[in-house]
Amino acid sequence: MELRNPVMTASGTFGYGTEFQDVVELGRIGGIIMKGTTYEPRQGNDYPRMAETTGGMLNCVGLQNKGVRYFAEHIYPLIRKIDSRMIVNVSGSSPQDYARCAAVVDTLEDIPAIELNISCPNVHDGGMAFGVTTDGAASVVKAVRQAYHKTLIVKLSPNVTDIVSIAKAVEAEGADSVSLINTLMGTVIDIEKRKRTLSIGTGGLSGPCVKPIALRMVYQVAHAVDIPVIGLGGICNATDAIEFIMAGASAIEIGTANFLDPAVSMKVVDGINEWLDAHNVASVRDIIGVAE
Amino acid sequence: MLPRKSIVDLTVRSNQSLGERFVLLKCTDTSAHLPLMLPGQFAQLRVDNSKTTFLRRPISINYVDIDKNEVWFLIQKVGAGSQALASLQSGDILNALMPLGNGFAMPTNTTDRYLLTGGGVGTAPLLYMGRCIRDMGGRSTFLLGARTASMLLELDMFRVLGDVYVTTEDGSMGESGFVTQHSILREQRFDMISVCGPSPMMKAVARYARKTNTPCQVSLENMMACGLGACLCCVEKTVRGNVCVCTEGPVFDINELNW
Repeated sequence: MELRNPVMTASGTFGYGTEFQDVVELGRIGGIIMKGTTYEPRQGNDYPRMAETTGGMLNCVGLQNKGVRYFAEHIYPLIRKIDSRMIVNVSGSSPQDYARCAAVVDTLEDIPAIELNISCPNVHDGGMAFGVTTDGAASVVKAVRQAYHKTLIVKLSPNVTDIVSIAKAVEAEGADSVSLINTLMGTVIDIEKRKRTLSIGTGGLSGPCVKPIALRMVYQVAHAVDIPVIGLGGICNATDAIEFIMAGASAIEIGTANFLDPAVSMKVVDGINEWLDAHNVASVRDIIGVAE
Repeated sequence: MLPRKSIVDLTVRSNQSLGERFVLLKCTDTSAHLPLMLPGQFAQLRVDNSKTTFLRRPISINYVDIDKNEVWFLIQKVGAGSQALASLQSGDILNALMPLGNGFAMPTNTTDRYLLTGGGVGTAPLLYMGRCIRDMGGRSTFLLGARTASMLLELDMFRVLGDVYVTTEDGSMGESGFVTQHSILREQRFDMISVCGPSPMMKAVARYARKTNTPCQVSLENMMACGLGACLCCVEKTVRGNVCVCTEGPVFDINELNW
């Protein structure tokens, strides 16, 4: 899969793209990774699902969505002609559950890729459970690879001891690309209520506070696998994006920053081009992984 | 069809303290006409210069003065984010994503009797709603509640737009008690009740509305991140399942809610 430019929007932070169309020219973004989709509809977790922290936020949404068949029937017709790469983020509760969701997306002509979410920290059945062991990650990718024939991106969890071994395991099962990082599991306590703030106690931390960790992991993984790496985690501007590219990412995703500035993705596209021009660099390809 | 959303760098024209806890910010767009806004809609205001907060703050559209190209925001100083907004001074830039949400249902006839009731800072959107009802040729009844007289906000403005009734918990102005205890609710009947305020107050008004078989709409203020229906953080349980307050609301018919 080729992208117009290396800037994508991260799943769960940009809806289906249409929510942002009043303030963003969607055709200027390299790719839009739509919200997490499962085979069966899911109601998600109870409110409160969000807490703020210095330099970031935590969420425990829990994959609320109406299911992949609803997506195919009601949302796909609305988004298929958006002039960007429209990618479905697929989640599930078992390898077979992931595979049957991916199989439905496989039939949708204008969806060139899926991002497999084996790293959601906010659901008990599946999600991150698969992403924290090499065997679990491999089992999901193996099942999905048989059901899905287009570009398969696997989104990795940072909540592991050795992310490189997970990346290698999914590469060995036929993943075309890995994206990292998903959110870091954390918590927040309301000291007046003497209680953890989020409805399920914990949530996924995102925002600029996670960037150095994400960047380190992207660097490690990019130096260990042969497939393209997509970097994300706290990217707020073009400088952040170029750091990830120099760490080895072929493309990047912007997530939580969309909440602060819904138009940030276009600014990052422009900012990368300005940097390339100012440094007489012909293409983003020329700076991928150049950081020593 | 809702108005088109935009990201606007507003310029603060004035910062007026309303007692110790509230600030009224009057803002303009110096380069363009402000977007069309509906009563009950809100803006996501970017909070600059606040180290401990991260996200924008959803703030009701308090009033729109079309002649002056002004939009007003009533800020209650609660935490670091709202404190930072309240400290903005004339000439400062306030970045706003707006207008967001659905807004209140408006009367279809000028003779429709609308009761607009709110508590504390929740009275904010009712002012602009009352203005729009007056522009249609109607007249609203306002029932405004607060803990004490000094926390009743913008009363002079409300009085221009309709009949104003007041309750205070300490009896320092109007009738003593909560809005649901005001005598007007026993003496008059309404075609619609529009409510914005603390959750217990809205639930009490909703009970009154159900008892008297009066249509009732409430404006919720769940914590939110994006304001655009993307992050799914601000959900409310409804008869349709979990829905985003920022896009499906903030205004809901009480029959949609699991109250």
